[in-house]
Amino acid sequence: MKNKFILPSLIIFFTFCFIIFYNSLENSNSYIPKDDFDTKLPIFNSKDFFSKKEISSQDLFVDNDYYILNIWASWCAPCRKEHPELMKLSKNSSIKIIGINYKDNLKNAKKFLNDLGNPYSTILIDDDGTISIELGAYGVPETFIINKQNKIIQKFRGALNTESIEKINLILK
Amino acid sequence: MKFLKFLIILVFIFNTAYSNENRSELINKISKNIRCLICQGQSVYDSNSDFALSVKLVIGKKIDQGDSEKEIYEFLEKKYGEWITYDPAFNKKTFILWTLPILLFLIGGAIIFRKVNVQK
Repeated sequence: MKNKFILPSLIIFFTFCFIIFYNSLENSNSYIPKDDFDTKLPIFNSKDFFSKKEISSQDLFVDNDYYILNIWASWCAPCRKEHPELMKLSKNSSIKIIGINYKDNLKNAKKFLNDLGNPYSTILIDDDGTISIELGAYGVPETFIINKQNKIIQKFRGALNTESIEKINLILK
Repeated sequence: MKFLKFLIILVFIFNTAYSNENRSELINKISKNIRCLICQGQSVYDSNSDFALSVKLVIGKKIDQGDSEKEIYEFLEKKYGEWITYDPAFNKKTFILWTLPILLFLIGGAIIFRKVNVQK
């Protein structure tokens, strides 16, 4: 009677554990936040990169159909890699690219733009990283597509690649 | 009159120091319950990554704005998902996590209860 009960329950218990551990083998340990689209762009204030004038996001995202918001820094290698893609996108007159300069040295950032070109219509300074947190970003580079209603409709973490550029072009069509 | 001025200044200094201490204590408490997404396995309190430092600043700003502890957790969960807090909510994905210990406790209890009763 005793053995009849213990053996099947042990088998069930170990099979259960095995299935859980086996399924977890292929799962990545690092957590990537789920992208929650159609969220309203938070309102934030910052200084203009060149003029140092105070700017509110409410005055910035006004008349265009689409905006690309790109978080970048001169010290970030993937930003350097994606920069040519942003330069290409900046030729498209139907979008405006807004840059957020993340925790950077202004001299180095200006040199970065002088060397690689400036695709941004406006650049805001995020010297303590708090604007990026308000946007739900957790690293550089990150790119957001924002529509006329000031909603974030697409988000790209890491450097823009051919796949993400295709997605952007599809949205802009 | 001089004494009164001195007393007012003294109360003001103590009050500011006390509220600053409370503020940093609350920042520490909240940041201990928030996961760092860059250096996973560490809390925002323990981490010195750029992300963690910025989150601590945002928490401070939210406290200054008058947000409650609960509102700050809700804000961060909305931005990064509920994984960011160390307190998983009870839902479809976490029901095993919450119910399994209770279930095992009940089954274990039932086995012990049966054994004791049989021995009697």
